Amino acid sequence: MKVTLKVWRQKSASDKGKIETYKLDKVEEHMSFLEMMDVLNEQLITEGKIPVAFDHDCREGICGTCSMHINGEPHGPDRGVTTCQLHMRMFNDGDTIYIEPFRAKGFPVIKDLVVDRSAFERIQHAGGFVSVPTSGNTQDANAIPIPKADADKAFDAASCIGCGACVASCKNASAMLFVAAKVSQFSLLPQGKVEAKKRVLSMVEQMDKEGFGNCSNTGACEVECPKGISLENIARMNREYLKASASSE
Amino acid sequence: MATLDAKIPEGPIKDKWTNHKNKINLVNPANKRSIDIIVVGTGLAGGSAAASLAEMGYSVKAFCFQDSPRRAHSIAAQGGINAAKNYQNDGDSIFRLFYDTVKGGDYRSREANVYRLAEVSGNIIDQCVAQGVPFAREYGGLLDNRSFGGVLVSRTFYAKGQTGQQLLLGAYSAMNRQIGKGKIKMYNRHEMLELVKVDGKARGIIARNLVTGEIERHSAHAVVIASGGYGNVFFLSTNAMGSNVTAAWRVHKQGAYFANPCYTQIHPTCIPRSGDYQSKLTLMSESLRNDGRIWVPKNMDDVMAIRDGKLKPTDLPAERRDYYLERRYPAFGNLVPRDVASRAAKERCDAGYGVNKTGEAVYLDFATAINRYGSETAMISGENNPSDARIKELGEAVIESKYGNLFQMYEKIVDENPYKTPMMIYPAVHYTMGGIWVDYNLMTTIPGCYAAGEANFSDHGANRLGASALMQGLADGYFVLPYTIGDYLSNDIRTGAISTETAEFAEAETAVTTRIAGFMNNKGTKSVDHFHKLLGKVMWEKVGMARNEKGLKEAIEEIRKIRTEFHKHVLIPGSSDEMNPELEKALRVEDFIELGELFAKDALERTESCGGHFREESVEIGGPQDGEAKRDDENFAYVAAWEWTGDPSNSQVHKEKLVFNDIELKQRSYK
Amino acid sequence: MSKSGLLKSSIARKVSMALSAFFLMFFLLQHLTINMTSVFSAGVFNEISHFMGTNFVIQYLLQPVLIFGVVFHFTMGFVLELKNWRSRDVRYVKYKGGASSSWVSRNMLWTGLVILAFMGLHFYDFWIPELKIKFIEGDWTGALTEGGEPIRYFDHLTHKFVNPIRIAIYCVSFVLLSLHLLHGFNSAFQSVGANNKYTKGLQKFGIAYAILVPLGFVFIALFHHFNH
Repeated sequence: MKVTLKVWRQKSASDKGKIETYKLDKVEEHMSFLEMMDVLNEQLITEGKIPVAFDHDCREGICGTCSMHINGEPHGPDRGVTTCQLHMRMFNDGDTIYIEPFRAKGFPVIKDLVVDRSAFERIQHAGGFVSVPTSGNTQDANAIPIPKADADKAFDAASCIGCGACVASCKNASAMLFVAAKVSQFSLLPQGKVEAKKRVLSMVEQMDKEGFGNCSNTGACEVECPKGISLENIARMNREYLKASASSE
Repeated sequence: MATLDAKIPEGPIKDKWTNHKNKINLVNPANKRSIDIIVVGTGLAGGSAAASLAEMGYSVKAFCFQDSPRRAHSIAAQGGINAAKNYQNDGDSIFRLFYDTVKGGDYRSREANVYRLAEVSGNIIDQCVAQGVPFAREYGGLLDNRSFGGVLVSRTFYAKGQTGQQLLLGAYSAMNRQIGKGKIKMYNRHEMLELVKVDGKARGIIARNLVTGEIERHSAHAVVIASGGYGNVFFLSTNAMGSNVTAAWRVHKQGAYFANPCYTQIHPTCIPRSGDYQSKLTLMSESLRNDGRIWVPKNMDDVMAIRDGKLKPTDLPAERRDYYLERRYPAFGNLVPRDVASRAAKERCDAGYGVNKTGEAVYLDFATAINRYGSETAMISGENNPSDARIKELGEAVIESKYGNLFQMYEKIVDENPYKTPMMIYPAVHYTMGGIWVDYNLMTTIPGCYAAGEANFSDHGANRLGASALMQGLADGYFVLPYTIGDYLSNDIRTGAISTETAEFAEAETAVTTRIAGFMNNKGTKSVDHFHKLLGKVMWEKVGMARNEKGLKEAIEEIRKIRTEFHKHVLIPGSSDEMNPELEKALRVEDFIELGELFAKDALERTESCGGHFREESVEIGGPQDGEAKRDDENFAYVAAWEWTGDPSNSQVHKEKLVFNDIELKQRSYK
Repeated sequence: MSKSGLLKSSIARKVSMALSAFFLMFFLLQHLTINMTSVFSAGVFNEISHFMGTNFVIQYLLQPVLIFGVVFHFTMGFVLELKNWRSRDVRYVKYKGGASSSWVSRNMLWTGLVILAFMGLHFYDFWIPELKIKFIEGDWTGALTEGGEPIRYFDHLTHKFVNPIRIAIYCVSFVLLSLHLLHGFNSAFQSVGANNKYTKGLQKFGIAYAILVPLGFVFIALFHHFNH
């Protein structure tokens, strides 16, 4: 199949950037989207041009590195997948495909389609942990039974891959789903409850500092999330936050 | 020249680690603050090591090439993590885990290390639960276990099919805590390109900032390499695109011995390549072989008809199918170990019976299982004389409940419904047991330079058991290295901060900038991937699942040729003082090519077959094991540790003899 | 954490939006209930209106709260919209919002603005004359004058529903209120953290509320338009 690509090219953070058009003639439907990008880059290198920089690593949908905004949606038109698992059979021969970086003030562009998601890191530094020493001399793993339902919910929240699609899809560039996933995971487990108040206050404070927008409950994040993280987590974070602000000194 | 002293503590195996910990030197907390440790790589081993060392009070600098430590490829591990907790009361013990691991490794690992691994395994689970890792639980609220990889007990802890992710996020959260406290200084999007030695000791690294292209000097009193495995030397593997050997290889070139490079695990159930554009391979859990039957057509006409789309595999009658595993291994059938299943698939495909257009795929067929489960369900639910369609429907429901997520993943990638038509699978490289040689303390042959996790060679011998990689990474990082490194650093409490303004750092930096300039100024015409693919093809065909003397010798020649061509014709667009993924790849592939040659050389020298290393010359002849791998304990019960002397062709081998006091060596049989 | 500190955080802001929304939604229901009486009985309507218009608690305590609620809701709404707009400094060339979220959820600003404009008209029609008579002229009898003739609440109401253009504006505004509520009702619950096993049922109730309440107002307007 043949496709026309409209790709965001931006030399560096300070460069203004613009859309460039490329045509690819030999795209196969079984290619993954990133393999199609490899073909494009191979073509650009052969033509003596600069290949398109994009983030990618595991190419099996778990590391959360790939981050393209494809035809108006993060990770493209398929559901429950990251860009690396998106296949060209989702497109038609002759299609024009827009490829842009994730856009948010909290995610400045580094180059082409590569964005800086270190804001997510700083939010995690602020409280995305349980303060236990790493000595292993904790109590036995089975000392505190945890209801299966809670453990399963905590797992579902913890399966967030930190890709940033929630921010990219949100009309407000809000990072609530990402932060809520971590807050929820810990608030559902007895090990995390001890520091729950401090955690939610610190993480939300950092999230605000990073310049992400406010949640207006459009639900786009949940739809676009490749791991299907539920909006329930945002509600849980709101509760946790209210509880914490009401009771903290 | 360093000698190979594994520094295994004296005494009975069960007391070695305890006694060792009691005797080694410690650094007092006040002094730890002024001691810097560099950790390269932030997967399970590096992440847990960085967090633990910072927790103990050291000043840690951690480096990863990804944009976050959370993206290290440990995240992709699916199945689980072993631990000798014996929660199931099924006879598991530290000794049994130790025994299984040594046996699974085909008796090519170091007993004392493996025993220690089994000993600390239980602690890992305690630690992870305390960190909030959401392991699977039973309705009573206690941790659930499953059985894995053909062992006789249920000792695998898991978090759905994302155990690696959850454990890594646990280690990542421990790191975050220390980063927040300022105890770890995190360098994301940085790649280590050289080790700096001062007076023979590891004292720092040269790293490239992948965003700005800046070459940076970083000093420390010790350097820990936890940069993972080198499966990407095959170009196509289940490793992440960025997984590379560079940190390990740079350390090797600075004097650390590289052990058993040829030990590679090839996983039999991966999704086959679909074309030349293929960039990576995806693993499907090994558990599928419990219900799937593996076959290819018996007749070449049928193979051709299937490839041309004229014949559907479901229409081929049973008598025209070759269930080759059941034919060759009647006792174990489709459940033979990974290495055996992989080799058998390759044998059929090499003979031309591959069923997809690349000729590299075999069928994994669930039709029999669907029928069986369907009939059973119908019987149980009291449905008499169910129709064939009804049986199929019931059977598919059972299969879905067991493997639903895998079937869905397969369908997403291949666009075929595996309930209706057999899956296609093919083996792929996914783990390297070889790595930097380390002693009992995880120190390499360079003083002050340590290696942990998949980057070292120590615990899995010639073959790794399922759910053991996660265990080893975390054991090294949380519980081994933090103790053993103190023994070395106790001599460094008076050293003070290491200056980066020394001749050694300048020299190392110049070496790096010269390498980079060489690439940037090269007036080549071909992309890095072009050469990486060439290398991968040679590695896969001649140094892959089955190796022989002729092929290995050819491979060495071909790899050398690729090396020359690479340096002559590679083209790196852009400049080096900006983000430049092509330059990053070039620096990695340069090291892969050198490693590839040593890899082939190691495989050539080891004329026995053991674990993942199969030499076609070393097979059983006659008797019930006819044609199977033949280990040679008399001549090869050693670790081959290679010393760099300027070129892979001149590398010198040093042998660490493996002594087995607690385990009797036996042959593995699956007939 | 101090109250002002609380309002500085994103979650506190959205909770405050939700709380003011709850208040306004309650008010709306109350307003509809009273208005509905006008369909059945002019007398009852007049009585309640008089009570509401002259009762001390309602006039001096609840009315300011209402005013505050309205002003707070739209001011905070604007502040948030502006902040949200700014959190994406470079826009997408291609953005397919409709693929993942409803139109109403993405356009609360526009539906809200129309409602705000309508409230301007509404105040001009009903509230300002009330204020003028009560607080400037000091007449607390509940009578208004139009063309020299004193009229009661009910007459005032029906007079306003004569002009078809006003009726059209009225109806359009309530359609937009309905759209605003279609997202706003459940969004408010989500914001205060209510997402549980009742959510599915609540969502259905929210849709019903968002359609029926504005429909009720439209019905009253049309009823009086065609009956007087």
